[in-house]
Amino acid sequence: MSGIFEYNGGSIVGMKGKNCIAMACDRRFGQQMSTITTNYQKVFKIQDNILLALSGLNTDIHTFYALMEKEINLYNLKENRKMKPTTFANLVASALYERRFGPFFVTPIVAGLENGKPILATYDSIGCKSDLDDFQVGGTGGNYIYGACEAFFKPDMSPEELEEVIGQSLVSGCDRDALSGWGGVVYVLTEQKLTVKILKTKQT
Amino acid sequence: MTDFALTTFSSKGKLLQIEYALNAVAKGDTAIGIKAKNGVVLVVEKKQSSILVEESSVQKVALLTDNIAATYAGLGPDFRVLAQQARKLVKKYDLKYQEEIFVQTLSRELAEDVQVATQRGGIRPFGVSILIAGYDEEGPHLVQLDPSGAYYSWKATAIGKQAKNAKAFLEKRYNADMEIEDAINTALLTLKEGFEGQITPTNIEVGVIRDDHVFRILPPSQVKDYLEELE
Repeated sequence: MSGIFEYNGGSIVGMKGKNCIAMACDRRFGQQMSTITTNYQKVFKIQDNILLALSGLNTDIHTFYALMEKEINLYNLKENRKMKPTTFANLVASALYERRFGPFFVTPIVAGLENGKPILATYDSIGCKSDLDDFQVGGTGGNYIYGACEAFFKPDMSPEELEEVIGQSLVSGCDRDALSGWGGVVYVLTEQKLTVKILKTKQT
Repeated sequence: MTDFALTTFSSKGKLLQIEYALNAVAKGDTAIGIKAKNGVVLVVEKKQSSILVEESSVQKVALLTDNIAATYAGLGPDFRVLAQQARKLVKKYDLKYQEEIFVQTLSRELAEDVQVATQRGGIRPFGVSILIAGYDEEGPHLVQLDPSGAYYSWKATAIGKQAKNAKAFLEKRYNADMEIEDAINTALLTLKEGFEGQITPTNIEVGVIRDDHVFRILPPSQVKDYLEELE
């Protein structure tokens, strides 16, 4: 297994805008050189104001997402209130560290809006959290997407601009990466709504 | 550790051990709590068995975290154990969520431990009623936790020896528009009502939290000022 993080392939990216955040991911689910499906979901709406994107080993993407769903549901029922995005961001870090010696092979990005303020956090697979001011990438196409982000990103973009920039960055990156692509999905979250757009990438 | 529960139902459907625990609470030194619009106050009797006791070494109001504290009526050592347990619960929550725990959440989790003592094999219920006071995002809170594990939110309440009389006094004095300074005065007045002997700054303990979310146990000098105001 040359790289358990590269086995399934896939890329994610998260970005902050002015009172909004955006997440994007590719749609490929592969097993090394083979492509199995082209509609695999990697960004999940955890709550009305929180998005969780996961890249890495797909089985762990699914399991970790299910674990976070369970945590937030139980929290909502026990505490009788919604979870704040910063709290969820910390929960992800604790949950990852709990498996310090048998980790989830995922690199998550959490994005949310807390009282209108954008929140963006990323982690390594054992829960080292970094809070970010601009954007963050994950997955096999990550480094390619970084390049595009650095070029196109500017702070305090509107939701429309943000959607355009994150979309273009994802597409440029995934088109270069052999293990990512087969379509992209862009999520833009504002106080009012969540918009989801499906993009076309190079179909290879 | 025995295999069987010590607290079992009587034919009338009562758990006598819990009733007896409540008796222990009813014998304890009075504690009063009042929730104001902008804060909460806890006041507790600190009667010493002898003048030889080092008064300052006895701490009846225990800080659970920066913005939550508790006091009790009943068995001192049982309170000590529960206070420590509560502090651990706060930290456990903090490690997981890195967020300030809500008073209701802490009360519920601590109540779980108290209830376990009424059902697990070989152990007896806790012989204390606890008053938890705190100020969190939702506002000021005052919660009473009983030996049964039941917990109730109060606007104002009293536990211990003078509970009945104190609550009757509070029912007349309490109003929803109370500010914290009024609440402190009312709490001290209420305690004074049923106090055996002379009330002094060293035979009571006063803890206050305001909307700055910082719980403070008042030093005797400040308590002295409040007591003088009552005259």
